[in-house]
Amino acid sequence: MNRIVKFVILDILKNKVVLFYTLILAALSWSVFALEDNSTKGLLTLLNVVLLIVPLVAVIFSTIYLYNSTEFVELLLSQPVKRNRIWLSLFLGLSTSLLLAFFAGAGIPILIYAPPEVSLMMLLMGATISTVFVAIAFLSSVFTRDKAKGIGIAIMLWLFFALLFDGLLLFLLFQFSDYPIEKAVVFISACNPIDLARIMILLHLDVSAMMGYTGAVFKDYFGSSYGIYIVMSILALWVFLPYRISLAKFRKKDL
Amino acid sequence: MIVVENLSKHFGKLQALNKVNLTCEKGECIALIGPNACGKTTLIKSILGMVIPNQGTIKFNGRPIAGQFSYRNHIGYMPQIGRYPDNMSIGQIIDMIKEIRNYNDQTDEELIEAFKLKQLFHKRMRTLSGGTTQKVSASLAFLFNPDVLILDEPTAGLDPLASELLKEKIIKEKKKGRLILITSHLLNELDELITQIVFMQEGKIHFHKSVEQLKVDTREEKLAKAISLVLKQSQHE
Repeated sequence: MNRIVKFVILDILKNKVVLFYTLILAALSWSVFALEDNSTKGLLTLLNVVLLIVPLVAVIFSTIYLYNSTEFVELLLSQPVKRNRIWLSLFLGLSTSLLLAFFAGAGIPILIYAPPEVSLMMLLMGATISTVFVAIAFLSSVFTRDKAKGIGIAIMLWLFFALLFDGLLLFLLFQFSDYPIEKAVVFISACNPIDLARIMILLHLDVSAMMGYTGAVFKDYFGSSYGIYIVMSILALWVFLPYRISLAKFRKKDL
Repeated sequence: MIVVENLSKHFGKLQALNKVNLTCEKGECIALIGPNACGKTTLIKSILGMVIPNQGTIKFNGRPIAGQFSYRNHIGYMPQIGRYPDNMSIGQIIDMIKEIRNYNDQTDEELIEAFKLKQLFHKRMRTLSGGTTQKVSASLAFLFNPDVLILDEPTAGLDPLASELLKEKIIKEKKKGRLILITSHLLNELDELITQIVFMQEGKIHFHKSVEQLKVDTREEKLAKAISLVLKQSQHE
């Protein structure tokens, strides 16, 4: 197992893209904290970076990497290696190296500048979102042999979760503003990993007061001590399900 | 050793394999021949578990291979077009496969020596010519003394010298009692190797005969002529 993971990680680290990603994250985080004297403001700026750039890089890089490793997979398959193991190794390799990049780039400045409770939540959410989108990349790449199509699907999924979903939610809120839909909104936002992560971080930033009544409902649901367990299990499901579906598909795939 | 039963596979509407039955025993050297797109490579890839058949079973040493992987410890496979990770060097590929196989005995590096691949170990796979890639594929196939050798168009793209070296190696392995499965279009090269012929057409096995039998049936001395006669006959049908 770990032998193949090692090859994947070494191969990714040789790839300059991950290094570049680390440097960009580092540049952004250090400069944000250096510019703002209030660390909460800095964190709010970084929040958008974590919630937009991290999933984007994770999903696109992983999709492209998976398409480029077709040869690698083909080579391994003619050797005595289980299909499950190949797929899991690719997953572990990709998510580990992207997590390393995230911690090295954004993790260090966040830990230094922000209060510990908030910074740990930010790192946890960044890491989880990164892994969720690696899993989504596995899903989008296994469904089509066409690289352009696969990357297209990956970008559309990112666009949906990062931007479109909020638009739809806002539309719903306006349309049904006369009804008590706060609980429904809590449920709907659980369907979007990025929203979940955003809510978790905002609740820990104590700016949830600005979110009005809905914010209070959110605080009720997710702010409690076991709220984090609920959120983490939903996010774990967001990693597990796409990966599991892609694995089932990969096991039946002809190479 | 390898028993294929009622194997069917279709890609969309294309029926690549249609109820194929085939038995291969130890010590045989089987040539898999037939026109383009008759399902040879699909059959080979099914045996390797790279293509998942729609119907039928394949047994390796009596055990069905579906969902299994350890049986591939006994197979050396040389693909028709070897595809390797672009930015790995020849040496890295060979080391990686060795590490993954976790093979304890002495590896068989005769072909690496014969092809003088050691001098090219630092070269990246993407910079290699088709022939050199084939040499790497061949070396990998023979590296772990496998009981079964599956060679898909082994001599395509190799220069005459290299192809002669490979042929000698195949003969040597055959004498050790290995099962060898070859597909090839270059019939002259097979003459001295082959003990059995499997002729495939449109996803079906047309016949499975020993070479002597085929020569008697077609009244030809040369294997190549006998096979082209069969090919012509099958086209007229």
